[in-house]
Order: sequence, then structure tokens, then C-alpha cells
Amino acid sequence: MSYSREFFKGIIKENPTLVGLLGMCPTLAVTTQAANGLGMGLATTFVLIGSNLVISLLRNVIPKSVKLPCYIVIIAGFVTLIEFLMHGFVPDLYSALGTFLSLITVNCIILGRAEMFACKNKVLPSILDGAGMGLGFTLSLTTMGSIREILGAGTWFGIDLPGSIQPMTFFIMPAGGFFVLGCVIALVNKIAHKKPPATLGCAGCPNAASCAAAKEGCES
Amino acid sequence: MTYLTILFAAVFTDNIVLSKFMGICPFLGVSKKLSSSLGMGAAVIFVMTFANACTYAIYHALLAPFELTYLRTIAFILIIALFVQLVEIALKKLMPPLYRALGVYLPLITTNCAVLGVTITNIDEGYNFLESTVNSISVGIAFTVSLILFSGVRSKLETADIPETFKGIPSTLVAASIVSLSFMAFSGMLN
Repeated sequence: MSYSREFFKGIIKENPTLVGLLGMCPTLAVTTQAANGLGMGLATTFVLIGSNLVISLLRNVIPKSVKLPCYIVIIAGFVTLIEFLMHGFVPDLYSALGTFLSLITVNCIILGRAEMFACKNKVLPSILDGAGMGLGFTLSLTTMGSIREILGAGTWFGIDLPGSIQPMTFFIMPAGGFFVLGCVIALVNKIAHKKPPATLGCAGCPNAASCAAAKEGCES
Repeated sequence: MTYLTILFAAVFTDNIVLSKFMGICPFLGVSKKLSSSLGMGAAVIFVMTFANACTYAIYHALLAPFELTYLRTIAFILIIALFVQLVEIALKKLMPPLYRALGVYLPLITTNCAVLGVTITNIDEGYNFLESTVNSISVGIAFTVSLILFSGVRSKLETADIPETFKGIPSTLVAASIVSLSFMAFSGMLN
């Protein structure tokens, strides 16, 4: 029962992108097409499951003082692995995602789950947590990609849609990404009857403390 | 001439934040005040320039000759993390005034995807050492420019009357969209 909860919470209730507001960079950058969003989401899910598994196994071995570098190396290892796999099996997607595939390393969803969940929990719940969060991320990326591709190019997963919509190029341009994400988050808040968050979701971020200090600004 | 082109492209036509979407977290998180935007921007310019010098050297002296280029993601993120730590320690000892100004921003930079992004882009584009240094400084300037511009927009946004569901992050994102739209006017100036 609780295992299924660990899995499903990430998909809707604690969706990392739309509710947690984590991992903004890939959410905005790769969602010009639904297929790219799906690919990026699945690649991140793979890294998330792998890093959660390894970090959970090593949770009693890694000393506290060097945990951040350890996590980053583990995550970067899995990122290198998925880069190889995608280069070999889906070269088109590999070149479409470009630098952002390497940048999965610094995606704060992954570091956040390592910090908040995997370093405190047993292996199986950690894997389920990683899979759920990853699929939630995939879902929001695919949704964003679909909206932008349908409105901006008149296609969905590369297939021409019937009932010709006049494509509005604005939506596949960078400005459209910010706009669509803002509207989707507002919509999610409207449906969930929640007040929209005032700041980014920094709870899981290892830098939360220093970021808060920086926000105050140093007047001196 | 090419150096000017790199500078212009980085700041205006291919702005790292507004059209390449790297470093969105600090862009949305730290841009509330002009002073913190300036501090964050200066720290990013500093770290980007020197981190690029380190990664360039490691890549061309160590990874490329031994055909280990696939390890660059791991190597680069470790170099950046190490470099930021070292800078923090060195500044604290040697230049306390500079440390007081930039110290709070330094730890944020390790996980800033703009820094890792620019070092990887420099390798992918095949820049030589001077070009990649110019590119790193330009990207840092671009980051600072967008942060400063956006902090101005946000101070207006604070007092604006916005529908309830759009308050907070959604309205900030829509405002970012309009700033990004205005930067699109520069596209096409360079081919």
C-alpha cells in the first residue's frame, strides 16, 4: 500500500515540475516538440531511478561532509551512460536534445530526490520514488511539448493535425516557453484550488540555505 | 571581428537565459533586487571565465589525447565544484572585501547549469582558447544583463494588480516571456 503511494505521489500530487517547481531549465528548453519532451523526461527518469538506487544503497557509507560531490559523481555517471545509450539507439533525439542531455547532471529534481528521499530510505521505496517523480516530470514535459507543438507548428509528435490550425510560431520560440509554463502552472493552481507559490521550490535543493542568503542581497 | 561577433551573439541574439534557458533558477530566484542581481552576475562572470580555462586545459591536455572525451560531463562538473570550493577558500584568505561581496553567491554556482552548459558548448563549438574565454565572459555578461533587466521588471510586478491564480511564479514567468520576446528583435542581425 505504502509502496504504491511512494510511486504515485510524484505523478500528480507532488509533481516535481508543476507543483514542486523544480527543473525549470529542461522544462523550458526542450519542449518545442512533444517527442523531445517525452525523450528528455524518460532520460531523466532513467538517471533518477539509477541515482536513487545507488545513493540509497550507499546511504550509510557516504560521509556527510562530502555527500554533495559524491551525489554529483553518481548522477554524472548515469548521465554518461544514458548519453551513450541514446547516441547509439536514438541518434536523432540525441542531437535534438544536445547539451541539455549533459545538463541532466545539474537538474535539481535529481539532487533534490537524492537529498530528500534516497539518502534516508530503503532501496525499493527509493526506486519507486525515483520512477514516480521521473514519470511526473515526463508527464509535464510531454504536456508542455504537446501544447507548444500543436499551437506553434500545427503538428503532434510530428503528425499533421486535421482541421488546419494556423500555426503561431510564437509558441515554439523561447518566449512562448515561458508563457506556456506560466499559464500551465496557473491552471494547475486553479484546478487544485491552491494559492500559487511565490517562490521556486527550493526545499530539496542542497543550496537552499545559501540561496536564501543571496536573495536577501548583500547591501554592504 | 570574430570576438565582437561572439560577444554580440552571446549577449543579444542567443542570450543564455532568455533564449537558451540555462540558469533559470537563479534568474527567477535571485533577480528580486538590483544589488543581488549584480552580485550574482559578477560571481558568475568570474567563475565562468576561470572554470572554462580549467576545463579547456583538462579537456585538451588529458581527455582528448587519451580518448576519454565521453567522461567530460563527470570531469567538468567535478572541476567546477572543486574550483568553486578553492575560490571560496582563496578569496576568504586573500581578498576579504571581495569575499564579502561575492561570498554568498559562490556556492550557488556549482549547480548552476549555465556554467556547465557554457563549458560544454565551448568544446562542442570547437573554439580555441581565446575564443572560448571571450565566449565565457560574454555569456557571463549576458547572464548579468538579463538578471539586471529582469530585476527592474520585477520591481514593477510587485505592485501590479494581477489575477489571484497568476500571482507569484506564473506572473513572473509571463513577464519573463515578454522580456524574452523583446530580445527576439535582435535575432537575424547575425547569420
